[in-house]
Amino acid sequence: MELFEMTALELSRLLQKKEVSAVEVVTAFIKRIGALEPRLKTLLTFTPAGALQEAEAVDRKRHRGEPLSPLAGVPVVIKDNISTAGLRTTCASRMLANYIPPYDATAVRLLRKAGLPILGKTNLDEFAMGSSTESSYFYPTRNPWDLDRVPGGSSGGSAAAVAAALAPLALGSDTGGSIRQPAALCGVTGLRPTYGRVSRYGLIAFASSLDTIGPMTLTAADGALFMGLIAGYDPLDPTSLNEPVPDYCRELEGGVRGLRIGLVKERLAAEFDPQVITAVRRALELLQENGAVVEEVSLPHTAYSLPVYYVIGSAEAASNLGRFDGVRFGLREPGASITEMSSATRGRGFGPEVRRRIMLGTYLLSDDSGHRYYVQAQKVRALIRQDYENAFQRFDLLAGATTPDPAFKLGSKTDQPLEMYRTDICTLDDALAGVPSLSAPCGLSASGLPIGLQLTAPPLREGLLFRVAHCLEQVLGTPVRPPLAAAGTILREGERRPPCSHRMGALSDG
Amino acid sequence: MVMEYEVVIGLEVHVELMTKSKLFCACPNRFTTEANSHTCEVCLGFPGALPLLNREAVQKALTASLALNCEIALHSYFDRKNYFYPDIPKGYQISQYFIPLGSSGFLEIEDDSGAPKKIRIGRVHLEEDAGKLVHGGAGDSAVDYNRAGVPLIEIVSEPDLRSPGESRRYLEQLKSILQYAEVSDCKMEEGSLRCDANVSLRPKGSTVFGNKVELKNMNSFKAVEKALEYEIERQAQILRRGETVIPQTRRWDEDKQVTIAMRDKYQATDYRCFPDPELAPIELTAGEVEAARRALPEFPAQRKSRYMAEYGLPAYDAGVLTATRGMAEYFEACLKLYDDPKSLSNWIMGDFSAHLNAAGLEPQEAPLTPAYMAALLQMIDKQLISGKIAKEVMAKVFATGKSPREIVEGEGLLQITDQSELEKLVDEVIAANPDSVQSYRSGKTKALGFLVGQVMQATKGKANPQLVNKLLAEKLK
Repeated sequence: MELFEMTALELSRLLQKKEVSAVEVVTAFIKRIGALEPRLKTLLTFTPAGALQEAEAVDRKRHRGEPLSPLAGVPVVIKDNISTAGLRTTCASRMLANYIPPYDATAVRLLRKAGLPILGKTNLDEFAMGSSTESSYFYPTRNPWDLDRVPGGSSGGSAAAVAAALAPLALGSDTGGSIRQPAALCGVTGLRPTYGRVSRYGLIAFASSLDTIGPMTLTAADGALFMGLIAGYDPLDPTSLNEPVPDYCRELEGGVRGLRIGLVKERLAAEFDPQVITAVRRALELLQENGAVVEEVSLPHTAYSLPVYYVIGSAEAASNLGRFDGVRFGLREPGASITEMSSATRGRGFGPEVRRRIMLGTYLLSDDSGHRYYVQAQKVRALIRQDYENAFQRFDLLAGATTPDPAFKLGSKTDQPLEMYRTDICTLDDALAGVPSLSAPCGLSASGLPIGLQLTAPPLREGLLFRVAHCLEQVLGTPVRPPLAAAGTILREGERRPPCSHRMGALSDG
Repeated sequence: MVMEYEVVIGLEVHVELMTKSKLFCACPNRFTTEANSHTCEVCLGFPGALPLLNREAVQKALTASLALNCEIALHSYFDRKNYFYPDIPKGYQISQYFIPLGSSGFLEIEDDSGAPKKIRIGRVHLEEDAGKLVHGGAGDSAVDYNRAGVPLIEIVSEPDLRSPGESRRYLEQLKSILQYAEVSDCKMEEGSLRCDANVSLRPKGSTVFGNKVELKNMNSFKAVEKALEYEIERQAQILRRGETVIPQTRRWDEDKQVTIAMRDKYQATDYRCFPDPELAPIELTAGEVEAARRALPEFPAQRKSRYMAEYGLPAYDAGVLTATRGMAEYFEACLKLYDDPKSLSNWIMGDFSAHLNAAGLEPQEAPLTPAYMAALLQMIDKQLISGKIAKEVMAKVFATGKSPREIVEGEGLLQITDQSELEKLVDEVIAANPDSVQSYRSGKTKALGFLVGQVMQATKGKANPQLVNKLLAEKLK
């Protein structure tokens, strides 16, 4: 087995036993990226030199017998809306194409402290607004299972990178489904943590009351290991939860016996792809066979999730993106006056989807409509939360499909924003409720595309989600790698082209 | 002043809070001349940075609200006021729009006839300051964000003020209270207190408001008064011509002493306010509010009455002594060592204040400590020095920092109270000024003053004036 095919847990064990060095591990992934990245376009910035440097440092420390984190030397990629000091952070936007943050996001600081080499920054929909990674200013990312299809979004680069074994671990962000939807479409495990569980400090805000950072991994065990590293209270984030972090790995083997699982009717609707319905039902049957109790449940107010999400999300986004005015950082277009300069900068710096949401959000907050829309949406959001509280009285966790359909073709929805928004129909509710939610692979469609099962737990019960996903892996025999990720096939073709090029010129390195 | 119209004025005052750090980050809240040196990713609004509320600022805002007799919202929160301007780093200002921390307060002032009058305060809310635009010579502009994120409270009065004089007294009273409460230093010249004024006129007896004009850019209390006077006259003339006042924002031009239109009100910005999703609400308990109320100092009005009742001081003296907390505390410290309030008051209001102003010092920083002040006044009482010499000694204490006794002894300033020595001098003066002696004896008692002056001059002021008076009067009988 090649090193790049291994899970983070397997790599961690080999590293700790000194059977392999961090430099060897990182080198394997650098080669893998070199081979596949030109087709997949998962990265916006590739940092092999920086990653090797960190790997060398970890090896030296291990040699000296210094205490190390279990994940020290296991490389990671980071979604490019999470700030990395000294390393450009673009949000896949022209606005920030050359922006180098002066500070690390808290999650990144924790990764660096634990000695995880950073291989690069992953592609996303511009400012995380989208469901296909096609609204990236630079280029779309391809789905490793079918290069003509999207990887989902907005964390499409992170999902595709983990699926294609370009990195064992990835950080994503989830506002309305941006971790779970691409995880489902690429066949990986993605967790949206409880709102406030992982510090948002340094995550470039899209919708502050919904944004979360979470792990994207090949397996539930890797997710549990990774989550243990980034979760916890951060005094720099006023919405951070000051609650102890459990040992997620210890919970993994608990099984599902006696667990009451509520199958959310609205997340298995008749209009969904029948193959999705079949795969999700099959997964739940398997859990039932292993001792779980599955019953149907309804979350009635989630019928309003889409409009509520787009009102709150766009309103907050319009305000959060006000700081990009060309004055202090990022793009500055010339203009005769300050107003002209800012207008030109914003007009040309933001792409169409971002502009659409700014326009929408600005309108929704304006004097005439503020109370009709934003305040009303908050009231409905409270009702949605109430639905969850009611459901969790009866169930330990909730389940359903992550997406209505498997991955769609590139370009098939770019001109139909509402169709695009609809791909998030199953993931918005959990985000509005602020509860943790995970997508785990639960099978393939007839044409070989991954399907995701979405599991939702009460606040702070991420461990339960990993436990059920882990059990599902055992019974389903997942994870399954996409065909192009099969051992060495691509490498043997000897693709030695330089990693990738993009419109902004040469890839920068730390 | 116009007789047929009633003047209606409301003031919006912004005050910078004296806190160690800014409202949402750890940057120091201190003046510095080096541009952008007190900044970080939070107060520069860098992508991904999050605000962290400074509890000290909440505490000061609470103290200010209580000092202004406000009701306190136990639950309030921050809103975002969205607009574009280069001096605001995030594209929005964090403020309290929907629920202010304090509301329904009042401030007591004197109206133009000297009668007490309550001015209602609509709201006191907490918000962050903006940066400062620096306009260069070549048409370039730069921004200094040192001030961005400094905690402010905005104090909005109801339209209860009826004249420029009332407005000035309202501001003086407000400043005095906030300084007393150690909420702010309230220096209008340095921008730690800023005032916008809304003014309109209406026919006497009318209950509806006229079109109002907002006045900006006044840099002193005097400027506020002047701008209001100008604007009232301007509006009165418009109304007398039968025309309508255009609701607008006008800028006070200090050089030309006129108000100039900036923008019309119908262009008012829609700030698209909504609760800031990144900040937790401000929660206060009734206990915290009570503790803050108990910690309030004795305010100038109460103190003034007490000085009049307890020390028998005239209203004027009590007013001057209590105008600032520093002065009142200095006075009280002196009084513990020297038990003649009126004499103390005269000296503090007179020479002491003059020296402070000249040196730009606060009473607590004066080289003439309360102990020195008491020692100096005791020397006068014991007739060791004259009042005139005491003035010189005080000046020398300010100049050198030496104690009054050291100066008096070192420079031989002790008063001449030796009768035989003075008698000799008196005789000499009588002999040298026969004309004055003549006119005194013929009934012009004024001439005695001249002769006393001659003796004082001969002793360089060291003679005891009462004794000289007595001796002269006896000898000229």
